[in-house]
Amino acid sequence: MSQEASIATSATQRPPFWRDVRVIAIFGQIIFILIVSLVAGFLYANVTSGLDRLGATAGYGFMDRTAGFEISLTPITYSPSDSYWRAFQVGVVNSINVIVVGILLASLVGIVVGISQLSSNWLVAKMAQTYVAIFRNMPLLVQLFFWYQAVFLSLPRVQEAVVFLGPTYLSIRGVSMAGPVPGDTFSIWLGFVGVGLVVSWGVSYWLKRFQDQTGRQSPRFLITCAIVLTSAVVGIAVLQPSPLVWSVPERTGFNFTGGIRLSPEYAALLIGLVAYTGAFIAENVRAGIQGVSKGQSEAARALGLSTGQSMRLVILPQALRIIIPPTTNQYLNLAKNSSLAFAIAYPDLFAVARTIFNQTGQTVQIIGLIMVSYLIISLVTSVLMNLYNRSVRLVER
Amino acid sequence: MRSRMMTLFIGLLILVLAGCGPQAEEADTPADADQADADTPALEIPTEAPPEIVEEPSEEETPEEAAEETTTDAPTEASEGGAETGAPAEEEATQGAAGERLQAIIDRGTLICGINGSLPGFGNLEADGSFSGFDVDFCRAVAAAIFDDPEAVEYRPLSAQERFAAVQSGEIDVLFRNTTWTLDRDTSNSLDFGPVTFYDGQGIMVRQDIGVADLEGLSGATICVLSGTTTELNLTDQFRALGIEFEPLTFEEIDPTYQAYDEGRCDAVTSDRSQLVSRRTALSEPDAHVILEAILSKEPLAPAVAQGDSQLRDVISWVVYATIQAEEFGIDSTNIDTFADSEDPTIARLLGQEGELGAALGLPNDFAVSVISNVGSYGEIYNRNLGPDTSFNLDRGLNGLWTDGGLLYSPPFR
Repeated sequence: MSQEASIATSATQRPPFWRDVRVIAIFGQIIFILIVSLVAGFLYANVTSGLDRLGATAGYGFMDRTAGFEISLTPITYSPSDSYWRAFQVGVVNSINVIVVGILLASLVGIVVGISQLSSNWLVAKMAQTYVAIFRNMPLLVQLFFWYQAVFLSLPRVQEAVVFLGPTYLSIRGVSMAGPVPGDTFSIWLGFVGVGLVVSWGVSYWLKRFQDQTGRQSPRFLITCAIVLTSAVVGIAVLQPSPLVWSVPERTGFNFTGGIRLSPEYAALLIGLVAYTGAFIAENVRAGIQGVSKGQSEAARALGLSTGQSMRLVILPQALRIIIPPTTNQYLNLAKNSSLAFAIAYPDLFAVARTIFNQTGQTVQIIGLIMVSYLIISLVTSVLMNLYNRSVRLVER
Repeated sequence: MRSRMMTLFIGLLILVLAGCGPQAEEADTPADADQADADTPALEIPTEAPPEIVEEPSEEETPEEAAEETTTDAPTEASEGGAETGAPAEEEATQGAAGERLQAIIDRGTLICGINGSLPGFGNLEADGSFSGFDVDFCRAVAAAIFDDPEAVEYRPLSAQERFAAVQSGEIDVLFRNTTWTLDRDTSNSLDFGPVTFYDGQGIMVRQDIGVADLEGLSGATICVLSGTTTELNLTDQFRALGIEFEPLTFEEIDPTYQAYDEGRCDAVTSDRSQLVSRRTALSEPDAHVILEAILSKEPLAPAVAQGDSQLRDVISWVVYATIQAEEFGIDSTNIDTFADSEDPTIARLLGQEGELGAALGLPNDFAVSVISNVGSYGEIYNRNLGPDTSFNLDRGLNGLWTDGGLLYSPPFR
């Protein structure tokens, strides 16, 4: 009996607490939290004491003051008598503009070049590979300076602008081309297009089900395009005054007015970002396609699918699973790299914010605002890409 | 504002949580990296820029520099400078006490003068390693007044962000570096300014062939400007007041600004007139550009010493005044001998033949003679560096004597 008892005690006997794994784990976490909070506390104290020493005020009250400086590119209404907040918003919109357009174009370039790299046409493949080799291996800032100073600032002056059809003027002030610009009823017209998109999506969904059930194919893509186009055309025909006004650039005084204008700063930044990021995406695409086993394309061909069909229906859906995660990184890089805009005088959020903290002296608050802004842009991008990634993921059962 | 930040913060939190969801393998890394990247610069921001920074003719206004301009404690720069030049540590301790600084300069045997090393006409490093320019000549004038030797100067080329710390720490005795005298710098930067040596103003440069003569003519023009400067604000203010539309093109660095202007990206470029004159010589066709008459702001350039040493400040002030007064009397380095025994008591007092004016400053009684014979009158200094015989050919304008319609006016030597 006593023997049994002694066995029981030895079984339940714990090692001393300093050797107990569970205690150590908890203890370790407490120390970790302590260190983190100490560092955070130190940083906080450092910032506040620094602010005190400089007599700077905390908070963002100063952002309501009048900005007093002009911005060269204002997609939303802005004048120097507006507040710093408004100026900052202009910068944010300019940034988002170049990021969204940049991501779309970089994807296009990436897909085209990535597929071209694997082309059986020797010339096409070599050209694509050369492009990737050149643009992937030079610092982006250098490329931006190249596009801006060597390409766009070398264009002829306004007086000697090159005239293309349209008329489209190409000069050191950028590209001014004739084209439709939004009229008074533009927002209503956007509603027409929206309705067209919804209807076309519904029709496409119905056609897909029809095809799944009966096996009969229909030109779904063409049909949806036709629906959207029709709604847009109907909108233009119905709305008075016209939602889109044809505007032709004219030289007035120092510059061209009217038409669609692309400033050299925007163009240089966009081209720089697209060319650079596109090269990385092209590599992702190439790797993704090569990652799909050769048997897949052979099997697709054996089923009688054309090259285009086998790419679209068999290879790409599998390749996308490999392509999307690293491409998300490239999109985030593009968003963050857009802050290099300040080097070539494009008023993005970083450039405008720098001007604000120079004028107000509220460096810490503005830097915080810049960080939060880029964080939000990056996180939204990654959330969207994760959602898309989920939709193309292999469905596991 | 608080509620706005709060909403922002909550929104951020939701995003972080969403981004770190179970499907977010790829998103985690960049988001984290982003945070880490962004953290570092925020902590490294040493100080804040003053609300109003007046643009200097030569400074390249990056925010870092602008921020540095107000640095009141720059121990690294000061100690580096001290170690590198052998400026003794006790000097730093003694600076500020009236009179001791001048004695320290005399004991040392040289004047340490802070200048601009890369603004032709004002302070520029020559091919032979010497410095020349308008500001440099005033350093020589001060050295001549103290030691009767214009070469007893140790030059310290300083960048825009180093200059104030260099004065405050005692690394240099006096700052002659095209520095605009502003209230903020006079007070919160712990500097004392001497008399204005050069009346500058913000100007606008355009190409001659566009045929613009005044600001109104620039309606709709694109104007290149350095961002984050008062130049930018002055420009906007002026054009708003006149009700003229314009398009600014703001650059962070000085060289791209002038390059863009030179290429024709902008119709005009704006900065301090002395800087425009200086930079014009570096454009591809200097003669094809004109600086408009219009002045957008006042930029008085003045020497500065550390606050609290009134004697050194007096010496600097009266050396500058001596050059102005000499020009008013028509005395210069070529004819000073003819004034050796002047009958005019005012001239005799200036040249130390009468009274004890020099001694009152703690200088030799004939300090003005040393200044004028070695360096020259204000007019000579101006013409030598910026006048008609130089590539700048800068009109005297406001920098003429008061008797000629300018602003130069010396208090009486009495």
